[in-house]
Amino acid sequence: MAKTLYIDYQKCTGCRLCELVCAVFHDGISNPARSRIKVMKWEAEGLYIPMTCQQCEDAPCMNVCPVKAISRDEELGRIFVDYDVCIGCRSCVAVCPFGAMNFNIKDKQVFKCDLCDGDPQCVRFCEEKAIDFLEVDDVSIYKKRDAATRISLAGKEAVALQAAM
Amino acid sequence: MPLDRKIAYIDLTTGDIQTKPIPLDVRKKFLGGRGLDAYLLYNHTEKGCDPMGPKNTLMISGGILTATCASATARTHVMAKSPLTGLLGSANMGGFFAPEMAWAGFHHLVIKGKAKHPVYIYIHNGEIEIRDARDIWGKSVTDSQWAIRDDLGDQEVKCCVCGPAGENLVRFANVMTGIKNSGGRSGMGCVFGSKNLKGVAARGTMDIKIARPAEALEYNKRFIDQIVSAKVNQTQGTLGTPFIWGATNSWGGIRTRNFQYNQCEYADDIEPERIDEICQETMGPYHMTGCFGCQVHCRAQYKIPEGPYAGQYDEGPEYTSQGAFGGETDTPRALTVLVGNHLVDKFGMDNLETGSLISWAMELYELGIITSKETDGLDLRFGNDDAVIEMIERICYRKGWLGDALADGGIAASEKIGKHSFDYLIQVKGMSNLHSDERATPGLALNIATGSRGSDHLRSRPAIDLYHLPEEVLRKIYGNPVSYDGPLSSEHTEYIGKPWQVFWQENCYMGVDCLGICKYHTTFLGATLPNFEDWSKVLYYNTGLEMTPEEIWDVAVRCNMIERLFNLREGLTREDLKKGDMLNHRYFDEPCKRGAIDVVGTKIDKKKFIQMIDEFYEHKGLDQEGVPKPETLKILDLENEPSHLV
Repeated sequence: MAKTLYIDYQKCTGCRLCELVCAVFHDGISNPARSRIKVMKWEAEGLYIPMTCQQCEDAPCMNVCPVKAISRDEELGRIFVDYDVCIGCRSCVAVCPFGAMNFNIKDKQVFKCDLCDGDPQCVRFCEEKAIDFLEVDDVSIYKKRDAATRISLAGKEAVALQAAM
Repeated sequence: MPLDRKIAYIDLTTGDIQTKPIPLDVRKKFLGGRGLDAYLLYNHTEKGCDPMGPKNTLMISGGILTATCASATARTHVMAKSPLTGLLGSANMGGFFAPEMAWAGFHHLVIKGKAKHPVYIYIHNGEIEIRDARDIWGKSVTDSQWAIRDDLGDQEVKCCVCGPAGENLVRFANVMTGIKNSGGRSGMGCVFGSKNLKGVAARGTMDIKIARPAEALEYNKRFIDQIVSAKVNQTQGTLGTPFIWGATNSWGGIRTRNFQYNQCEYADDIEPERIDEICQETMGPYHMTGCFGCQVHCRAQYKIPEGPYAGQYDEGPEYTSQGAFGGETDTPRALTVLVGNHLVDKFGMDNLETGSLISWAMELYELGIITSKETDGLDLRFGNDDAVIEMIERICYRKGWLGDALADGGIAASEKIGKHSFDYLIQVKGMSNLHSDERATPGLALNIATGSRGSDHLRSRPAIDLYHLPEEVLRKIYGNPVSYDGPLSSEHTEYIGKPWQVFWQENCYMGVDCLGICKYHTTFLGATLPNFEDWSKVLYYNTGLEMTPEEIWDVAVRCNMIERLFNLREGLTREDLKKGDMLNHRYFDEPCKRGAIDVVGTKIDKKKFIQMIDEFYEHKGLDQEGVPKPETLKILDLENEPSHLV
């Protein structure tokens, strides 16, 4: 089954190694502007949120493309750009609600996350597992467990508080 | 290519800006970062120039590997003649600035002159602009950076700035980037202030082509695996540097009450676990953060839990702040450490220098050398938490007689105070010692005595000396990449073999500083971490530059020597208590009173210590006066330096 990137931003330390390895893996070049993933940061609060393509089911980039250069690759679960067809009009950049479609002026091309053909480098290098690669229909179970843990902790705290009173 | 990053020469007096490539032969001799900065400093400053005058030259740089696919190459290096010591000024910090500067096209900035009014420098994709900073002057370290971003309308800009301490010419003001990444020691922020330079902002989207990307990527993965598998880095990544405090304090290596004791008692409230508890309570379970591309993430994040600063966000506190605002001043309270740390971060002021000077003043106050007249009524006793916090602010804003005096650094203050106050000042070359107590560790004592920027633990400390590693392990580490068959001892209280260890570490740390790598990624706190052999590969994969481990070693020796030459030109003499390679008499006269059984009663044996310095000089190729022998300069290809004095 296709896997998807799963981001748990709370775990992100904001180091941006994912940006570095993404650019080097795809282009052989170190430059975060070439990265398919980008950590947005609010330094004053210590808040870091990695942003990348969601591989949408009803993808606006795919819908808007006037030459049908963008298609869905069911096997790898990704939205894919066919550069032989792409005319570089950047309509996809304009409509992506996540800012995940990028444009490189040197290569004169749009670019987006291609899940590194099944071995995402951002995941491979993130020791914190702030970004993970999981079965699509299994993703929410992790969130459920996290949420349940919080509920369970709150319950235990309440009991402790009662006992203390 | 990483090697096509440029040097920019910026004259703040005239506004003239020139951009030049870095010749390959200069690269091969000095690599980048601190080493190349030292070469530029030696060539671009006149002998005896006023460190706070327009003729002092300020270097800001990244290492040769900065912004490549090499692990933890986030370090920014800042160098100039120090307003604190009058000798070499050098500061190194993590964060995100140097990589951004490299993507903007530059590896080194050489800044001269003095602007007519406060300015900041903006570097953007090969272009450099000097911009008005009059509205930003006076703001705290973080507010200044946010104001620069707003001014440029770009939230991705990375800045390094001085804070109010730098503006007020506090001689140990820091250059800072981000929340708390500090280019500390030796007053580089003061040089910013003296040039009316509020900061440097960078934003870049220029390509850095990696020479062999596939290999660089795979090697980086191996490097990271090696680094995160080291226990010391795992602990560091959970508790931050405060983890060092627990063991060091229990065996008796923390200076307390200036230099009266070597262990801080009743310090439960500032134990690493307690600090971590506060971080977790205020920032949640994932409260660690890191510098660019680093998987160690050694910086904790916290909010001050209570009191007048409640809710203020900061990073740290580091081990240094625990010592500066908890140990030395004998105020081992978490709140004092957290608030003290926050204030120096806001002001952009060196935490160890500040804490060390306050504890010195406290000792003078208790001895009656200074009185409430000098302190303007402040009860400057040890253990007075409020006095510590008050003094931090007084120093930054030069408030009161004592605040103003201490802001000029220990030696200047001791000259104002007089009455043998200098005898109590724990410093080398005019820079205060870290809060660690080296009386039971001669190797570490030699390190602080001979550090090129004054007393310092980050220039040549053989920290792994404390692990009592078997001799064959020590031989493996210290016998590469150049052979060494002299004595080595696993015993940290010994004197033999230490000069070589200090010499080796000096070159190892210079190596990382030239490459731009963090010291937590080399043989500093962890004995298994990468050094010369790995650097040779990582350098080749990323830049295409072929250098053997021995050649990188030679570069490090050369760069250390050029720092030595600079210091000698500015008046370093071997036994000068204010400018030489010598420790305060208390190291030799006052035995340790607390700690482990092999620590109590120890002090540094002066005769053996002097022998260590002799031996250290020999390893470095210096004569007995500490001056390089002519053949040493010839071997290091430095006989024609300064080669282009300007």
